[in-house]
Amino acid sequence: MGLDEIGLYLENGLQIKGTAFGAKKVAKGELVFSTAMNGYPEALTDPSYKGQILVLTQPHIGNYGVPKPHKDHGILANFESEHIMVEGLVISQLTFGSKWNSAMTLDEWLKKEGVPGIFGVDTRMLVKMIRDRGSMNAVLGDVSKNDLEFEDYTKINFVEQVSTKQPIIYQNKNKRKRIVVVDFGIKHGILAELYGLGYTLIRVPYSYTADKIMEYEPAGIVLSNGPGNPLLLDMQTKTFSDLLEYKMPMLGICLGHQIAMRALGYRISKMKFGHRAINKAVVDMHNGKAYITTHNHGYAVYASDMPKKEIWFMDPDDKTVEGTYYPDKKLMTTQFHPESRPGTNDTKFVFAMFKKWVG
Amino acid sequence: MEKPKKILVLGSGAIKIAEAAEFDYSGSQALKAFREEGIKTVLVNPNIATVQTSHVSADRVYLLPITKEFVKKVIERERPDAIALGFGGQSALTTGVELYKSRILQRYNVKTIGTGVDAIERALSREKFRETMMKAGVPIPRSMSARTEEEAIYAAERIGFPIMIRVSFNLGGRGSTVARNMQELKAWLKKAFAQTSVHEILIEEYLEGWKEIEYEVVRDSFDNVAVVACLEKLDPMGVHTGEGTVVTPAQTLDNFEYQSMRSAAIQVARAVGIVGECNVQFALDTKSRRFYAIETNPRMSRSSALASKATGYPLAYVSAKLALGYRLYEIQNSVSRATTAFFEPSLDYIVVKIPRWDFAKFEDVKEEIGTEMRSIGEVMGIGRNFEEAFQKAIRMLDIGEPGIVNGRIYKARMSKHELEEALRARRPYWFLYAAKAFKEGFSVEQVERLTHVDPYFLNKIRQLVEMFEEGKRGGFKNYELLKRYGFSDDELGIGKRTNKIVVKQIDTLAGEWPAKANYLYTTHDGSEDDLTFDKGKHKLLVLGAGGFRIGVSVEFDWSVVSLVNAARKYFGEVDVLNYNPETVSTDWDVSEKLYFDEVNAETVSGIAKKEGIKEVAIFGAGQIGNNIAIALKKAGLRLIGTDARSIDIAEERSKFSKLLADLGIKQPEWAVARNKREVEEFVERVGFPVLIRPSYVLSGTRMRIANSQEELERYMRDVHSNHKGHSVVVSKFMKDSTEAELDCATDGKSIIGVTMRHIEEAGVHSGDATIVTPFESNATEKMHDIALALAKALHIKGAFNLQFVISKGEPYVIELNLRASRSMPFSSKSVGINLIEYAMKGIYQSFGWSGFYEPEHKSFVVKSPQFSWSQLRGAYPYLSPEMKSTGEVAAFGDSLHDALVKSWLAATPNKVPKKGVLIYGLSNVQSLATAAENLKQYAEVYTLANAKINGVEELSMENAIGMLKSGGIDLLVTDNYMKETDYEIRRLAADLNIPLILNGRLGQEVSASFSRLSDGLTFKEMREY
Repeated sequence: MGLDEIGLYLENGLQIKGTAFGAKKVAKGELVFSTAMNGYPEALTDPSYKGQILVLTQPHIGNYGVPKPHKDHGILANFESEHIMVEGLVISQLTFGSKWNSAMTLDEWLKKEGVPGIFGVDTRMLVKMIRDRGSMNAVLGDVSKNDLEFEDYTKINFVEQVSTKQPIIYQNKNKRKRIVVVDFGIKHGILAELYGLGYTLIRVPYSYTADKIMEYEPAGIVLSNGPGNPLLLDMQTKTFSDLLEYKMPMLGICLGHQIAMRALGYRISKMKFGHRAINKAVVDMHNGKAYITTHNHGYAVYASDMPKKEIWFMDPDDKTVEGTYYPDKKLMTTQFHPESRPGTNDTKFVFAMFKKWVG
Repeated sequence: MEKPKKILVLGSGAIKIAEAAEFDYSGSQALKAFREEGIKTVLVNPNIATVQTSHVSADRVYLLPITKEFVKKVIERERPDAIALGFGGQSALTTGVELYKSRILQRYNVKTIGTGVDAIERALSREKFRETMMKAGVPIPRSMSARTEEEAIYAAERIGFPIMIRVSFNLGGRGSTVARNMQELKAWLKKAFAQTSVHEILIEEYLEGWKEIEYEVVRDSFDNVAVVACLEKLDPMGVHTGEGTVVTPAQTLDNFEYQSMRSAAIQVARAVGIVGECNVQFALDTKSRRFYAIETNPRMSRSSALASKATGYPLAYVSAKLALGYRLYEIQNSVSRATTAFFEPSLDYIVVKIPRWDFAKFEDVKEEIGTEMRSIGEVMGIGRNFEEAFQKAIRMLDIGEPGIVNGRIYKARMSKHELEEALRARRPYWFLYAAKAFKEGFSVEQVERLTHVDPYFLNKIRQLVEMFEEGKRGGFKNYELLKRYGFSDDELGIGKRTNKIVVKQIDTLAGEWPAKANYLYTTHDGSEDDLTFDKGKHKLLVLGAGGFRIGVSVEFDWSVVSLVNAARKYFGEVDVLNYNPETVSTDWDVSEKLYFDEVNAETVSGIAKKEGIKEVAIFGAGQIGNNIAIALKKAGLRLIGTDARSIDIAEERSKFSKLLADLGIKQPEWAVARNKREVEEFVERVGFPVLIRPSYVLSGTRMRIANSQEELERYMRDVHSNHKGHSVVVSKFMKDSTEAELDCATDGKSIIGVTMRHIEEAGVHSGDATIVTPFESNATEKMHDIALALAKALHIKGAFNLQFVISKGEPYVIELNLRASRSMPFSSKSVGINLIEYAMKGIYQSFGWSGFYEPEHKSFVVKSPQFSWSQLRGAYPYLSPEMKSTGEVAAFGDSLHDALVKSWLAATPNKVPKKGVLIYGLSNVQSLATAAENLKQYAEVYTLANAKINGVEELSMENAIGMLKSGGIDLLVTDNYMKETDYEIRRLAADLNIPLILNGRLGQEVSASFSRLSDGLTFKEMREY
């Protein structure tokens, strides 16, 4: 690998030099950071990162290489989607690691997937800048300063780019009830958990209306995670309101939670720099129990904007609403990722609770 | 839960292998957490050198053995309503369980807070642990427990060799081992059964080459659980965790592995019933997803102290709050001060811990790393990459290695075979041999086969070697890159070029929240400081003592902490630089800023430049500070206290000797001899015995007494073969004299000091001696005058220690240390003052009295050494001018014997004999005879035919060994060095954990002091004496 110097250019004028790896290409996106210390194959393939350049705070990345994809019933067990979803990767130290189950190195993977990376960067400095000034748009690659053009992350519909174009059916041998999963950029971790409950899954494009969804005669509906600005999804908000009238058991995760909250009339705020980590506390407001959870969101509803009794989970540090629970509406939502991947197994019970409703 | 009003906290006693200063740190944190709640605290801990036994954090302190009988006395006297067992290591847990089982806690209504006794037993009894894990569905290795040899053999046959033998209720892996066949198994059984207090062992599937991973778990009484850290050991299963090089965060685990074991760790904590902190160890196959839970420690441990320092998460503090019934998210994250304690730290840096061994001090010890813990201390390097952290840690060991390359081992001539052997046997600091091997062309696969270390780490070492060799070829044009990967200027073997360090914070959250963290490290791999520096402030940088080793232990940490507290009065900001994760001084609450980094001239001047620091205090740091005094001065820093030139005079034998002669102060005759003839000329002049040592070594290493021509020749041969061409220092050894010491603080004219004497005669290192205050002698006045004369002549400011040999009432000066001494916490506490506080005062103010002032001694105080003979397999137990003890304990009393008996019993495994005493020796024979007489009322007394004590039943060597093995002997008393005749006996006694008294004079006093046990001891709080 040649040691090519490339730049990371930020909207605020800052430019940082580092060494290129992965694909030789220019990437544009919102610069965000995650503090997860491992699980980069899962993180990089998380469709919620579409449109974003990811900074990882753990210094050594690539330590155990990249595994061969492993699928169960068409659902990936060790990646969150078929491809790398981040626009670019920013790290401190690149490792050409491997382990018994790996197929290639991180560098090879990024090359194969056409994603650029930069290493040799003081990532902590970037984190502090993002923390203080908020997430900002950035360009990564070999570009001259005059050619710099930033894209406004908040104005692009990334869901369009990552949602399935056609319905996909994950047939369960148990032939139990069907669940429709509205794909805003779904992580395979969610599919795996739902499939594990014994249901047949019908993964539908995000543009499906309530009527089309109901044609599948689902026993429950899941609104998935996904990238980008929830305020761009007016039609989906309407769809959700329509679905609510069927009193179907519904579970909204991450972007799905935000769409539901917007439909219920709550204010969605763009966070300064969001939550992207696997070490985040949430407190179950019903019983005082607390869990360590995986977060990946740049928008949120704050507890101050919502009646206390509707809040299920709350982040005790900054008081973001991390889940809601409406037994009368048969609706539960989590802003965090109960399927984790990467992250803890502490909140898998959310799926079990959903199953109780679905039957 | 109703908050207790008064909590009894048990400490861990003396520093010994596997129970070190980490418990001073965790105990101090717990006491602080309780005090914040307005709860009164009572501490039982005989380790007088600790910070926790100052009255800084505990309300009441009892220096007593941590045993059921003694703690019961304290409970009767103090009537606490709660007891905390999780902060004093295995000693506290074991005693707590005994107190509970004998219903003493119930009788006095003392509630166990935190993890309960039943949970402790579920965690520590191998059998109960297995049952609990199976019930909880946590995978464990195949194993069977055994209570007899027959059961053990049966179990081994069922499981199949190789097997691991483990012992219940034991710390430091003592008595556990790997057996590859029946013969090895049988040989070990005897020893294993001898060392467990419950007579139960476990025969387990041996997971050769598996990776070992450890999680630190906190759980509150509402079942909220957070996994605070994950430690990855570079060494494979089969190497004790205390012997392992450890990295955190884990570097080679993928999400599935990390989370599967994390979930299992939570299941373990839940199934056992932890309230507070525990660690859980796992074995992970390197070729599949298989893993097993190996064990859990239901308390603060060495690794939890490490995890606290590595992550910034104050485990002991949080654990103490959880014991009071708080929920995790009700406790504040005291580092970030922005978030709660319910989270899992994210690290944006790498931490590497390396154990510190000290085998050179012992004869015949097997220099291999294995299932038993034998390291004395540890160091922790922090960097922005693994290589930087690792290389820092190697330098922190202070073994003369400048980093992974270019040191003694790297430059040594070693054959391929020798390298293979060093790696296969896993010699201490094996990674230096790995680097050497890569230099010699070994492949990563080859080294992996020999060491079972993950290629991830071996590749890093190989790359460092390549980077260095490439740099060397190209005139170090890659200097900046090399610096980023932690190479020091010394290591590169070039003059200093640039020093572009940046300062980063440890904030537990990888920068996600703006933290007010004052916990800092430096790196060459970064472009920006995390903080701005207020250079206008009047700042002091206090250097810590670094990693513990024989001779440098918790007592120096007490000095450093005392120094920081005292310096506040004189400075606007007091910062600490230290790198030992086991200490209180590296608790970020202690100073304004904590730099967790190397203590050397390069780092100190780098930090000083950043901070605008002009003044540095080195006198708390032991020898490490004195070693860099001149370099710091050259770097333009001012050392507070005594001038570096005076330090140089005191440390330079000939200059110091001349000074003494000029002042008319007596000293034993001495000479530097370049060859055997010069030694013999000196001996002809002064006569035997003589004290002899190589001139270039420090701290008593290889120092020996020669009583005869024969001993002298043997020693000279030894020196000659090992250290060809070096001169030796030979001095007159005053036989049958008394050794005495002064610990002092001075303003240059007047002195406050404490006079101490040793029970053992001169020739036993002061760190191994039993020390008594007060010293009632006519010589004290002369000693005080000498101290005053030296203070004036050398313009001493601050702390110093002066050592004497008293012969026929005349004091002869043997050593002057111009710094805090090992005994300073002892001498200070024995009279209820703090000499370090006075030292600070002496530097800046005049004391306001003239002459030597010794505070009144209101009681007798005795300090006893703690040895770790049984852990140092193969080492010959004896006392000499070279220090061998790992720790110390002390007790107060109304008489010498009242204090001595409590102090001696506080060191493990000391106990009053009940069955048989073996007593013999060729020197101090009269004392041994008196001891034998004294001991007859407690046990049968025997002697050895070839070193017999008159009037005592004689045993042949064979019979003596037989009696030791059959358990008929429960105390061994002997004297001096007689390895040719009794190696087997001493070693066997050590292996069987039988108390050893290795000096006749001590035997006489200790045996006499036993009578106080029936006459009644005093049990008082430290300040009541």
